[in-house]
Amino acid sequence: MIMKPFSHIGAYFLLMKRVFSKPEKWSVYKRQLIFEINSIGISSLPIIAIISVFMGGIITIQAAYGFTSPFVPLYAIGFTTRESIILEFSPTIVCLILAGKVGSNIASEIGAMRISEQIDALEIMGINSASYLILPKILAAIFIFPFLIAISMFLGILGGYVMGVTAEACTPYQYIFGIQTYFEPWKLYYSFTKVLVFGFIITSVSSYFGYHTKGGALEVGKSSTSAVVYSSILILLFSLILTNLFLNR
Amino acid sequence: MIEIKNITKTFDGRKVVKDVSFKFEQGKTNLIIGESGCGKTTILKLMVGLHQIDSGSVFFNNKDFPKLSPLEQQEIRQKIGMLFQGGALFDSLNVEQNVQFPLDMFTNLSEAEKKERVNFCLERVKLTNKNHLFPAELSGGMKKRAALARAISNKPEYLFCDEPNSGLDPKTSIIIDTLIKEITEDFNITTVIVTHDMNSVIEIGEKIMFIHEGENYWSGTKQEILKANNKELKDFVFASEFMKMAIHGN
Repeated sequence: MIMKPFSHIGAYFLLMKRVFSKPEKWSVYKRQLIFEINSIGISSLPIIAIISVFMGGIITIQAAYGFTSPFVPLYAIGFTTRESIILEFSPTIVCLILAGKVGSNIASEIGAMRISEQIDALEIMGINSASYLILPKILAAIFIFPFLIAISMFLGILGGYVMGVTAEACTPYQYIFGIQTYFEPWKLYYSFTKVLVFGFIITSVSSYFGYHTKGGALEVGKSSTSAVVYSSILILLFSLILTNLFLNR
Repeated sequence: MIEIKNITKTFDGRKVVKDVSFKFEQGKTNLIIGESGCGKTTILKLMVGLHQIDSGSVFFNNKDFPKLSPLEQQEIRQKIGMLFQGGALFDSLNVEQNVQFPLDMFTNLSEAEKKERVNFCLERVKLTNKNHLFPAELSGGMKKRAALARAISNKPEYLFCDEPNSGLDPKTSIIIDTLIKEITEDFNITTVIVTHDMNSVIEIGEKIMFIHEGENYWSGTKQEILKANNKELKDFVFASEFMKMAIHGN
């Protein structure tokens, strides 16, 4: 019981060693990478867009509701919305949502392949199944997640503008002035570093649980749940570590 | 030629394969038969390296497979075709892409040459005009045929089949069995089939190993199996009234 987490960690790193070994044929992996960019990235765009617009609007209204003092200028609404979205909502909360959508998808896909002997079929052919199945997913996530998060940031701030102006919480000028005030570009560097780490965590942890599925359909479901739970916990843990590294003065 | 010598496997303290030895001949359909749970699929998986053997040897043309380096094992695996019980076709690929997959991975053929080979294999297993269907759209028999086409697409030297006609009706079972036998003879490959179907034994069994409780209880030909005096074997062969009537006529 005590040793179980350690055996998982050991098995995870052994799997990663196999994942990052030399591919049999780059052209096949390249084709798979393009497929995964579409499957992991492009197909996640609608949900990210909807959530970002709504969250941007909600953050703006909450900020306006909180700023009742006449000493706080109304452009602070735009400033607060920008800071919340760039620092935490888009890189962390959106990645938690992606852990649910992409992570469960990866774990169930690989888990189903395991129980239907498709992974055995790859191994018998002389293919490194871990590398063939997992490496394109990790590379696809690391490549496409920053674009998704950039779109999320843009739409979140846009949603805040639309909501702030239509609810008459602030004027367009105040909001735009607010999102430009005290802007520090290095905060984007911090956010996108988090996104790259979270992209790796979501795909590798979910793949690990899918790859080690044993049994039948019930176990595929359990792997999928474990993938989302552990990815989410690790995202929050690494968010804390990276925030401490970047922002703790 | 494949030879296994004294192979043993234990799972959770239970010995499921006990000191099994056998020679599988080239150009013949070699059958591993036995009741469910006797260890025949485990023997097959030990032979192809999906399970690690505890002791013993598996020789592919005199090369001891478990003792080879991973790279050498990979070279041998590229000469193996395997037909899994459920087909194990890749769900995300259509029939044509499934059959072409080993060619994409291990050959430098042009697209036209690959297509030609894929169509040849699909014609060989009598599965034409289904190239663009996905596994979910195929019947059980079609899945087996597509999987067989994939198994032979890269011109294997060894063909392994795990329960090739399980879940199929008798007519389709015979079609699949006949296909495997024809392919074995045409391409002169070493074929190993795991089955518990006596129809397959009578139809295509050339060299047979009977496994009982993880042990090699008996081996011989299909002519010999009907006359054997081994009690366990007789219980297995004549388990159904149909077999008793067919062989003894009463």
